[in-house]
Amino acid sequence: MILEIFLLIAVSSLGAFFFGKHLAQSRLALAPVGGLSDRAHSLPGYHGYFAAWLVGLAGFAVAALGLAYPKLFNGGLLLALFVAAVGGGFAFSYRQIGAGFRARIQVERFVKGALLLCSGVAVLTTFGIVFSLVFESLRFFEQVPLLDFLTGLQWSPQTALREDQAGQSGAFGAVPIFTGTFMITAVAMFVAAPIGLLIAIYLSEYATKRTRAIVKPFVEILAGVPTVVYGFFALLTVGPAIRGFAEGFGFSVPTQSAIAAGSVMGVMIIPFISSLSDDVINAVPQTLRDGSYALGATKSETMTNVIFPAALPGIIGALLLGVSRAIGETMIVVMAAGRAANLTGNPFEAVTTVTVQIVSLLTGDQEFDSAKTLAAFALGLVLFVLTLVLNVIALLIVRKYRERYE
Amino acid sequence: MVMAETNVVRADGIFQPVLPKGDVVDMAKKRREPDAEKAKFACRDVRVFYGASEALHGIDMEIANSGVTALIGPSGCGKSTFLRVFNRMNDTIPNARVTGDILMDGEDIYGKKVDPVLLRARVGMVFQKPNPFPKSIYDNVAYGPRIHGLAVSNSELDYIVEKSLKRAGLWDEVKDRLKESGTGLSGGQQQRLVIARAIAVSPEVILMDEPASALDPIATAKLEELIDELKEKYCILIVTHSMAQAARVSQRTAFFHLGDLVEYDDTQSIFTNPKDQRTQDYITGRTG
Amino acid sequence: MSAFESIHQSDRAVKRMTRRRGQELRFRLFGLGAVIAAMVVLAWLTISLVGTGYTAFYQHHMTLEVFLDEAVLDPTGERNAENLRKANFRKIIQEAIYARFPEVSERRQKSALFKIVSASGATNQVRQMAYANPALVGRTLTLSVPTSDDVDQLLKGYIDRDAPEKRRKISNQQIVWVDALKATGEIKSQFNWTFFTGVDSRDPELAGIAGAVVGSLMALAVAFVVSVPAGVGAAVYLEEFAPQNRFTDFIEININNLAAVPSIVFGLLGLAVFLNFFGMPRSAPLVGGLVLALMTLPTVIIATRAALRSVSPSIIDGALSLGASHTQAVFHHKVPLAAPGILTGSIIGMAQALGETAPLLMIGMVAFVTEIPSGLTEPASALPVQIFLWSDSAERAWAERTSAAIIVLLMVLVTMNALAIFLRTRLERRW
Ligand SMILES: Nc1ncnc2c1ncn2[C@@H]1O[C@H](COP(=O)(O)OP(=O)(O)OP(=O)(O)O)[C@@H](O)[C@H]1O
Ligand SMILES: [Mg+2]
Repeated sequence: MILEIFLLIAVSSLGAFFFGKHLAQSRLALAPVGGLSDRAHSLPGYHGYFAAWLVGLAGFAVAALGLAYPKLFNGGLLLALFVAAVGGGFAFSYRQIGAGFRARIQVERFVKGALLLCSGVAVLTTFGIVFSLVFESLRFFEQVPLLDFLTGLQWSPQTALREDQAGQSGAFGAVPIFTGTFMITAVAMFVAAPIGLLIAIYLSEYATKRTRAIVKPFVEILAGVPTVVYGFFALLTVGPAIRGFAEGFGFSVPTQSAIAAGSVMGVMIIPFISSLSDDVINAVPQTLRDGSYALGATKSETMTNVIFPAALPGIIGALLLGVSRAIGETMIVVMAAGRAANLTGNPFEAVTTVTVQIVSLLTGDQEFDSAKTLAAFALGLVLFVLTLVLNVIALLIVRKYRERYE
Repeated sequence: MVMAETNVVRADGIFQPVLPKGDVVDMAKKRREPDAEKAKFACRDVRVFYGASEALHGIDMEIANSGVTALIGPSGCGKSTFLRVFNRMNDTIPNARVTGDILMDGEDIYGKKVDPVLLRARVGMVFQKPNPFPKSIYDNVAYGPRIHGLAVSNSELDYIVEKSLKRAGLWDEVKDRLKESGTGLSGGQQQRLVIARAIAVSPEVILMDEPASALDPIATAKLEELIDELKEKYCILIVTHSMAQAARVSQRTAFFHLGDLVEYDDTQSIFTNPKDQRTQDYITGRTG
Repeated sequence: MSAFESIHQSDRAVKRMTRRRGQELRFRLFGLGAVIAAMVVLAWLTISLVGTGYTAFYQHHMTLEVFLDEAVLDPTGERNAENLRKANFRKIIQEAIYARFPEVSERRQKSALFKIVSASGATNQVRQMAYANPALVGRTLTLSVPTSDDVDQLLKGYIDRDAPEKRRKISNQQIVWVDALKATGEIKSQFNWTFFTGVDSRDPELAGIAGAVVGSLMALAVAFVVSVPAGVGAAVYLEEFAPQNRFTDFIEININNLAAVPSIVFGLLGLAVFLNFFGMPRSAPLVGGLVLALMTLPTVIIATRAALRSVSPSIIDGALSLGASHTQAVFHHKVPLAAPGILTGSIIGMAQALGETAPLLMIGMVAFVTEIPSGLTEPASALPVQIFLWSDSAERAWAERTSAAIIVLLMVLVTMNALAIFLRTRLERRW
């Protein structure tokens, strides 16, 4: 149905283009040829575009009306409206087109409007995210007090499904989820921060051009691997490897653990940190390096005493972006961290995260209004706010830093 | 063992931590005298290549143990390249290659056993644009002594910093703001700061690549005064585009042209009685 | 040693230098170690996936003489579709296997014998043939049917023959039969076409990725059609037409932040807005594509803006001086010159969308779909989601297929990225 409507609009629009163009050709041919001011303002093609835009927009408006109020406008009425609108478009073009008509200006106005609309999509998306998260979260907090959610120590959303238990305190205490998230993030950063930074340092200060050209793409491959692949890798290989390793030392670790998910996530984050740090390290002016070398400093001394402190704000920004990635990452933890909401400080146990809970609350059958599904949106809101704040801080730091050396 | 070594250094009379003010012990004087007449550097057929292109075409030159030697010549003739030969800064440019012999006190500084890091501690450098580190004034000056372990105590480090800043003529201007950032100083002050930074390492030689080009006339005059004082204790090589500056501060002048050393003589003779036509054209402003 | 030494040549300085050189070397080795560590993990990842997955590309089939017994299938002899649908094809297959081993008579033994072939695989195969051509009933056919996944795993060497029989999925007797069939060439391994042409299934030996691939392609097509024009349009507007004011600043900040919003949040958006508010169908590639489009929008915008910025602004001046309008200058000169960069950015955005899983889970593209989706609003899965679903099953046969699906996904991604790099170097700056 929708497809047919679009096809109809497209055909009318195309027809209008040729109509306008031919009309303009014949009318412009009759226009007096002479000085600058007498010449036709726009090429015939633009008159065609003008007619096409006009007809297309008119058709679109009617279609939107029909989609928005299917009860009021349907069948014959809609078709009549459509024909009238498209016909109106043709008629208006017929009257306007001529030597004196500034078709190009009008067309360019249409184009700019369309481009502005495109930019609006990004804004609409943000609004959509904010509104849907806030709206559903508010409904959740009608059932579960905000304070209980933020400070409660027990998370067992399943029990809340039953009428009499809905909203009972304790069932939706998100603290174990937050601690799980932070533990996995900590493990990931523990892996990614040193390795990412050292790679950046090695590539920018020590590696030859050739080595750099070879190594850099390989490191970046790590960023392009889909997270579901990392998740499977953690589940299939890393988890069992860690378990086997731990058994060698005589204690048992489940295959799904914070350490398995966190370390694999760390690998995923390495390229973010290394390429961002590489950028900031390279932005430190060469004159500072020269100054340090000329005093008889070694490369490592120059790095740790001069370049690193100078690049520190940018590096902190990079690390914050890494943290934000880790918090928002979903598939690795869903597959490799487990689902049990353990309140534990031991990375060798299974923990759960905000993203894991969102997934497990929303997959499978569910009624949309239950506290259980709404809880997912409350967690989503927490996630969104957290990553947003981290990103804004990181971007501010990095921007400040760039200004310093530009 | 460690104590003994420390004593060796002190026996040189280099560092005396607590001294009455005004009685600054000269850290370079004593070692300057024994071979004052001999050449500090001797260059034989020095060539520098950037990739395949040769920027210096076989330079033979001796540089005296004290005093100021000026390198002049039109832009792109290889002055900076030649200057960077002496502290092996060319090593940090990926495609640069140096051939020939450069002897410092009779020792080949490109020899296998020479560590460029230690060489650079002995041969300081001041760049065209002042490049203080984004650290405090104190830390800028203390950086060199720290990495080379020149001070065994904090008071000794304070002392070195103070002495170096004094010698660079900056002490009075910054003594109350040593903890402030070095990048907050004026251009002229920054340039003197990096000179203090270089002096603090106790080098024997100071290389200066157009040190006054970013300074106004007053700051330049101050800098020239400083060079005049420093030349007593250090062997100084200076690249300059100002004939007047070369005439004012140097004892000997070398004129470079398109990668060749054209003429090298007492500054006096070069400016009054150049032997080569190209030199004459350059100093009278007909080329350049 | 010359008569006088600098402090930098003293014994102490030389000793210190040895230590400093050690530090330098250690620092450098740390850096190198980090690089090597990253490479090792990448290699480990590749090896473990390829090592587990390559065996999924071939599969063991058994040649069977199948007698389409009229008495079983169509006792009334009418040969109509109704009768054939109800017919017991399973019995046909069973009889075929029992006929191959006439010496087996005990019931338990017979049932074990039947487990050599894939029950539903073989049954379906015969049923399809009979449907297509009812005249086959009453004849004897020589067919190649898939073996069960346990037999397949045994022959691929993943079942330990020395393990105690109880802890094995396959009995000693079955091993004897299978080895005999293998020796006579009745069981052969062949390229696993089913993996590429099949859809999801409960039986690993019948499962394929075709459904998921088609679902992914549909979602990707929607994402491309929405996100590339909108992204390029937004970028052109912001870079070339936008006035410098609060509103455009706001859009800028918006886009930068959108780029860092976790993908799962886009899934929540899709669930709340597309499914619940607009009432679009669950599990549909259309919705998946829209969500992915919004997710990749910032990538496309940022890449396009960078590409536009890298074109010299003098191009615009040149065009304006010839009497072109600003819009003409932008669309006739600047955008075409930026096209390689825009294309590269779009491909990279699409690669990102292709590998994304989390938002698709939110809008229900995790259903068990056993048909190749035929339209944008039909229930569908997607390749990464299929990987996620399969990864849940612990059996070796599933791990093998999961890895194989990952290999396919990674190959496509590598191709896309290589294409992006190729286009960028090939098309760039030919003016
Ligand atoms: N890093 C480099 N790579 C390649 N060529 C270089 C490099 N540095 C200098 N050159 C070349 O070597 C030659 C000498 O350069 P150099 O910087 O020594 O000249 P200069 O005399 O110091 O000039 P100026 O007075 O402008 O500072 C020039 O032709 C220059 O282009
Ligand atoms: Mg120079």
